[in-house]
Amino acid sequence: MSGANGVTSQASQQSHGGTLSLTLRIWRQDGPDAPGRFHTFDAPNISEDMSFLELLDIINERLIEGGDVPIEFDHDCREGICGMCSLMINGRAHGHELATTTCQLHMRKFTDGDVITVEPFRAKAFPVVRDLVVDRSSFDRIIEAGGYISVNTGAVGDANQTPVPKQAADTSMDAAACIGCGACVAACPNSAAQLFTSAKLAHLNLIPQGQPQRWERTEAMVETMEQFFGSCTNHGECTEACPKEISLDFIAFMNRDYVKAKIKNRKLTGQS
Amino acid sequence: MAPTATQAAGSAPVFKTKRPLPFPLNIYQSAIGRKWVMAWTGIGLLGFVIVHMIGNLHLYEGPSRMYEYAETLRDLGGGLLPRTLLLWIMRVGLLAMFVVHLHSAYTLKERSRLASERAGFVGGAKKYASKRDYIAANYASRTMRWTGPIVGLYVLFHLADLTWGWWLGDAYVRGDPYHNVVESLSSIPVAIIYVVANVALAVHIFHGTWSMFQSLGVNNPRYNGLRRNLATALAGVVLVGNLSFPVLVQAGLVDEDNRDCPVNDTTGLECLGKAAEAH
Ligand code: HEM
Ligand code: SF4
Ligand code: FES
Repeated sequence: MSGANGVTSQASQQSHGGTLSLTLRIWRQDGPDAPGRFHTFDAPNISEDMSFLELLDIINERLIEGGDVPIEFDHDCREGICGMCSLMINGRAHGHELATTTCQLHMRKFTDGDVITVEPFRAKAFPVVRDLVVDRSSFDRIIEAGGYISVNTGAVGDANQTPVPKQAADTSMDAAACIGCGACVAACPNSAAQLFTSAKLAHLNLIPQGQPQRWERTEAMVETMEQFFGSCTNHGECTEACPKEISLDFIAFMNRDYVKAKIKNRKLTGQS
Repeated sequence: MAPTATQAAGSAPVFKTKRPLPFPLNIYQSAIGRKWVMAWTGIGLLGFVIVHMIGNLHLYEGPSRMYEYAETLRDLGGGLLPRTLLLWIMRVGLLAMFVVHLHSAYTLKERSRLASERAGFVGGAKKYASKRDYIAANYASRTMRWTGPIVGLYVLFHLADLTWGWWLGDAYVRGDPYHNVVESLSSIPVAIIYVVANVALAVHIFHGTWSMFQSLGVNNPRYNGLRRNLATALAGVVLVGNLSFPVLVQAGLVDEDNRDCPVNDTTGLECLGKAAEAH
């Protein structure tokens, strides 16, 4: 874009100038075993251009100025790619905007006078650390169980040495879009982690590089998942909550691969 | 924050891994494998429900055709197998599928309840303090854990009513299903039970049919839309077929006013047998 025109149009896009007055009911909890409760905060003069996390920043600044303890919440990149932000906002994981993380949810999506209820993601395997922060390290246990490929790191191989079919690469990339935020578990009425695990499996199981460990990986990751999470009943809430719109089809793919893995792994270990 | 204590809590398994049973039992030990078995048993039960419904349409052909149909079921396998053997094999198979379907439903629900602990698990779903705003979960998917048990109880009621004749008393004539059905369904409370239970069954089938493709992993993105249509069609067919019996009996369109054979288990059955042979 060039010249003054570009600058003004950009400026007018960014600043709508509108403000909102909101009431927030925010879950506060002093520690993992402490009882939690909602605290109500008035938030006047909130710019429409703020993100939801910036709204929390404003509330926290006021709390700090008043000598109170700020609200703990998870965040990192604030650009929708790291998977750290979370929050149940008015009964929806990452709020009501589809395909959007909380950090990318803008206040212009709310209406003046709204009462907004904010809770942590909930599941037994996501214990509350403090306030809105939950421990999602159970996801790390699933990744550790098989979310990798093993390759020889000798001399550098030729580029494109391993042909990858275009469709497989595309679908694998769709699965790899998962940022591991846990919204799927939070939204699931069963606290199941099928969407996350199936995305992590499909990402590797679809492409040639993932084949040698495919069956071993599938069994290990599914069974690790089952140490922590509930049982899927195919509601489909996860996909709707997912900021990366991971498809339910990956869950079906995982189910198919898991039963196959049970049979194959047995054959591979010589028990025909 | 005090990360050390809380990190340990997060990574502590919620469920213990059980000692693996030999193949293929280990499939049923995992939740995904159990759901897979649940889908297969669901398909078996679904097959039964549809065949049972279609078979019962013989009711509209009158007492002797209905009698003939019931006899045919007992004679399945022709002269090759002892009478009622094949029927009994099917009954045992059906019972086994029912038990396994129920066991998997209950244990998987328990797993989800435990995995949602602290969040509260009310009416078969995890609860938040604020009202959940469901987008994809529909009425059918959220009530599987109610429609399932309703159907289960109804099956027991139905057997006691028309197979064992518990409360029809002297009005129950073993071997004359037309009479028994009309007798039973002409009572308003019984007709209501049949209607409610079959609505529950149809709702159960609506989600079940869509869901089983997912559980078995036999879906294809290209045909996902068709799965919804298939679910609607199957639920609709079962609903219309099964509701027609109580509704038409109550409406007086199916009755015994112009029946040729007497109603008793001696001369009545003989007469029905002769009429059936004459077909
Ligand atoms: C004749 C009767 C029945 C038929 C035709 C039937 C059919 C089905 C089918 C096809 C499924 C889908 C399976 C899957 O997604 O893997 C299903 C799921 C289920 N069934 Fe049944 N079922 C029957 C009776 C029952 C009974 C008696 C119960 C309970 C006590 C029950 C409880 C459930 C539950 C809890 C589910 C899982 C729901 C879900 O995945 O959302 N069903 N059923
Ligand atoms: S599947 Fe979607 S909702 Fe679940 S962890 Fe990955 S990005 Fe988050
Ligand atoms: S903070 Fe990184 S995705 Fe929201």
